[in-house]
Amino acid sequence: MSSNKETFGGTLVFVLIICLVCAALVSISAVGLKPLQQANKLLDKQTKILEASGLLEKAGTDIVGTYAKFVNAKMIDLDSGAIIEGDTDNFDERSDARDESKSIKPINDIASINRRANHAVIYLVKDNQGQLDTIVLPIVGSGLWDLMYGFVGLAPDLNTVRSVVYSDLKETPGLGAEVLNPKWKALWPGKKMYNEQGEAAIKIVKGGAKKGDVHGVDALSGATLTSQGVERTLHFWLGDEGYGPFITKFRNGGLK
Amino acid sequence: MSSETNKVLFGPVVDNNPIALQVLGVCSALAVTSSMANALVMTLAVIFVTAFSNLFISAIRNQIPSSVRIIVQMAIIASLVIVVDQVLKAFSYQLSKELSVFIGLIITNCIVMGRAEAFAMKEKPGISFLDGIGNGLGYGAVLMVVAFFRELFGFGTVFGIEILQLTQNGGWYQGNGLLVLPFSSFFIIGLIIWAVRQWKPEQVEED
Amino acid sequence: MEHYLSIFIKTIFIENMALSFFLGMCTFLAVSKKVSTAIGLGVAVVVVLGLAVPANQVIYQAILAPGALDGLMGITDPANSIDLSFLSFITFIGVIAALVQILEMLLDKYFPALYQALGIFLPLITVNCAIFGAVSFMVAKNLTLGESVVYGIGSGVGWMLAIVLMAGLREKMKYSDVPDGLKGLGITFITAGLMAFGFLSFGGISL
Repeated sequence: MSSNKETFGGTLVFVLIICLVCAALVSISAVGLKPLQQANKLLDKQTKILEASGLLEKAGTDIVGTYAKFVNAKMIDLDSGAIIEGDTDNFDERSDARDESKSIKPINDIASINRRANHAVIYLVKDNQGQLDTIVLPIVGSGLWDLMYGFVGLAPDLNTVRSVVYSDLKETPGLGAEVLNPKWKALWPGKKMYNEQGEAAIKIVKGGAKKGDVHGVDALSGATLTSQGVERTLHFWLGDEGYGPFITKFRNGGLK
Repeated sequence: MSSETNKVLFGPVVDNNPIALQVLGVCSALAVTSSMANALVMTLAVIFVTAFSNLFISAIRNQIPSSVRIIVQMAIIASLVIVVDQVLKAFSYQLSKELSVFIGLIITNCIVMGRAEAFAMKEKPGISFLDGIGNGLGYGAVLMVVAFFRELFGFGTVFGIEILQLTQNGGWYQGNGLLVLPFSSFFIIGLIIWAVRQWKPEQVEED
Repeated sequence: MEHYLSIFIKTIFIENMALSFFLGMCTFLAVSKKVSTAIGLGVAVVVVLGLAVPANQVIYQAILAPGALDGLMGITDPANSIDLSFLSFITFIGVIAALVQILEMLLDKYFPALYQALGIFLPLITVNCAIFGAVSFMVAKNLTLGESVVYGIGSGVGWMLAIVLMAGLREKMKYSDVPDGLKGLGITFITAGLMAFGFLSFGGISL
């Protein structure tokens, strides 16, 4: 073969063989490993949801079992706040938010998300007695570099914070990415999202919140814009263009 | 081990380092060095890809028509990188999320292409394989040193194990904010080059 | 319109390919000795990025993206949906290589003067990780076709800006008294680090 390797036909045959070999290699690895990859992806998401609902420690290594036992995913329509039928497993907030027919442009886009999907999947988490214990709402909003995706866990009064957990962000390590620091996350439980007038009142306080301030959380040192991003994200999602309609409906007993 | 294999395998680590001397493969060296675990995974991935691409390309070097040389090399390298990427996604989801596009960027890592073109196209498969490992090691050595400094002085940890307790966690060490940021690797690599050239003056550039 | 402008400004300054993501570093460090060559290479990068990012966007969304082929193959059940995204690396690098090759031939035939000026840089560009990186980011950010055109050109302009600035500094630096071991590559790394430091300050701008 080496004698005719520079001819057109020889080259073509050679290229075809290389293509076939490479294609086989790539396809075998991709198809063979796919189930494992999908399981990993799901596991990652379920871990974050359990973390947001405070069940992660109890779950130990059995993430899938604990998730199946305690967590119930529901799809809601954000504008009306009503629970609707939908494929909660395959719902992808990010692809919906890109699709003009499945999303809107928020009028007051304080979280700088540009577009918001019409639907959202929320997670109702039960306790051992089967009572509703935590409601986990997915959130998204701009930080310093890019959008930050996460979950906020609320008690059934939809006011008391259980947790704020970010799952996907590109903030500066050591500064903005400290939102993932357990010390900072530990500041959240027990804070109140709304004031007595029912307005979103949660705020991130530079230099540290006063003792006993139920709405204030310490800002991250050296990460003013990330801290601001977290506050704006929460305000957006607690407001009328976020989960506002759902929260009102829920409080009026619309779920049961 | 004969002196020749020795030279091929360990020469690229100090005497002919791909990053410090040949200016190859710098891109990914900067962004993934914030932690030693990331740097180690990246190093292993690059060693795997350079070694096997060298092996395969060298094995078929007499059959490759010169007109499609580059694209054939590219196809082999890209396939290997996809395999690495898929394996990483399947077995270490967290790491693959952190390294994101940088695993893909191994395809355009000039070390891989450079070695394929400069070494594997001329030499026998066995020695090419070693050359690939050697260059991967040289790349990895720089990466690990940079990551060591950045992780230790930026976050106070080595491989995630706390060495210097940070003030954020109630300790005494104030993490160095500069080393936390990716571009600090420029300074560290610059200083490494300086140190190596003081030690081996024959590497100094004249201009 | 405002949206596109903000993407454009953002990719040039805040998400600068060379100084924020450190992509295309090999060429950035190797070909930044003279301003005139830096401009030539920069223009070539802008052109290739402006073509490669949208071209790959179309291919990715039409063929490779999860579920893209379902309509064509008549698949309605999401469980059977076709996901070819594992082929994206090899497709992207193939498209980039082919584009560069075609561009080279077209320039040679119709614009010989331009070919004289840019021709030698074009082969360098296939392995420039700024191109591959921008394409990968395009997928990660899930850009639309219009956005990807702006994103491609913006990243190119940003990269060009960085390399031209670097070349300007290096031309002046010839007259400075740099310690022997730092000469050439060492001081270039440190300069690039300082430039990246400066570009970091764009990070706070909200658009």
